[in-house]
Amino acid sequence: MDGQILSIGPGDLVSGALQMKHDGYRLVQICAIRTKTGFELYYSFAKEYNLVNMHLEIADDTEITSISNIFEPAFLYENEIVDLFGVKIKLITLDYKGNLYRIEKKTPFK
Amino acid sequence: MSTRSIVPFGPQHPVLPEPIHLDLVLEDERVVEAVPSIGFIHRGLEKLVEKKDFNEYVYVAERICGICSFMHGMGYCEAVEHVMNVEIPDRAKYLRTIWSEMSRIHSHLLWLGLLADAFGFESLFMQSWRMREKILDMFEYSTGGRVIFSVNKIGGELKDMPNDMLNSFLSMFNDMEKELKTLTKTFLGDYAVNSRLKDVGFLTKQQAHDLGTVGPFMRSSGIALDTRKLGYAAYPNIDFEPITSTVGDSYARTDVRIHEIFQSFDIIRQAVAKIPNGEVSVPVKGFPNGEYMMRVEQPRGEAVYYVKANGTKFLDRVRVRTPTFANLPGMLETLKGCQLADVPILILTIDPCISCTER
Repeated sequence: MDGQILSIGPGDLVSGALQMKHDGYRLVQICAIRTKTGFELYYSFAKEYNLVNMHLEIADDTEITSISNIFEPAFLYENEIVDLFGVKIKLITLDYKGNLYRIEKKTPFK
Repeated sequence: MSTRSIVPFGPQHPVLPEPIHLDLVLEDERVVEAVPSIGFIHRGLEKLVEKKDFNEYVYVAERICGICSFMHGMGYCEAVEHVMNVEIPDRAKYLRTIWSEMSRIHSHLLWLGLLADAFGFESLFMQSWRMREKILDMFEYSTGGRVIFSVNKIGGELKDMPNDMLNSFLSMFNDMEKELKTLTKTFLGDYAVNSRLKDVGFLTKQQAHDLGTVGPFMRSSGIALDTRKLGYAAYPNIDFEPITSTVGDSYARTDVRIHEIFQSFDIIRQAVAKIPNGEVSVPVKGFPNGEYMMRVEQPRGEAVYYVKANGTKFLDRVRVRTPTFANLPGMLETLKGCQLADVPILILTIDPCISCTER
């Protein structure tokens, strides 16, 4: 894996993102992966060329908090994850409510 | 107090070859906010990885975009090769570098033409695309394709470029470089062009960082980052530095892209001088097991390829974070405060690729 991986719990997501912001990192991407019991999420941040990935595993019904108040571009990644995977994310700054992508089948990657 | 109104922009618009919609909140003719709406052409290509053999998926990855098709294929291959601990031959690394830089020249020339067309300079548009046509001819000559090249594979390249072909390309690049110098005088010096590009669409260095921008869009705001410096393909053996500008307006973005074309000529010359003889691929046995996140510098900026494999011929997940997806928040920022008439040009200055964005 390119870069360091930090495993965190859902409750540490916002504080972890705040720490990244404080340390001068930029948001690179957010990625969801479907697992048998829920989802894996990678939040990737970079400072210069150094990549750090915050990794968390959540259950199907776990609701996580958006980091779009901390990293503004996160709203697009989070809306994409909501649309494609059905991950529950609250407090997205610009919430498309599952309508970022105009797709026939809801949460096709779930 | 001015009256606020909302003007819909797109998804069909003369300057947009691909669909994106913006709700522009205006005070008189001035944009105060823009709300994007995408998702008109979502294709679900990432999901296809569950049905395609990991070798076959190279051809799906190439089809994410018709302009960066080589680099999408290469980025995916490099990610899987890292998972499988496959070291490709040196000649293949140099071939990937040369084809990547040809893609960058082709993409930037295409963008320059579209920009010229958007501000109504038809002859400049035609001259830019005339030059681009030569690169497409070289692609056709070396790969057999003009849009989709299908030369990447897990473990190297499917085709080689003989040394005499490479040398003939160098001669053509020398001619193109002279033509581009003439074109540059118009793009960066013409009064009409300057009046549309200078002092509009500013993005500061701090905004470029905070909004997660990438590529020439980011570098034209003064951030000297270029993912090629991470050292994939043969880039560790190539001497180059990121092209930057500190101005951060539309003119700076044009300036940076034009100079990146000159830089690509130079990188290709270095690569051709150093390319070793030998094989262009190694046999790959077994199935990938593990995960990797690969970063590649496409013409529009950093692209991220995440691959997760489970030891079978089908991968669990492929995720592609494309440059335009990362640049959308920055683009929205450049629109704030601009005149309605400048919106099409400002959208173009991030070099948007919606096909990539929606995958």
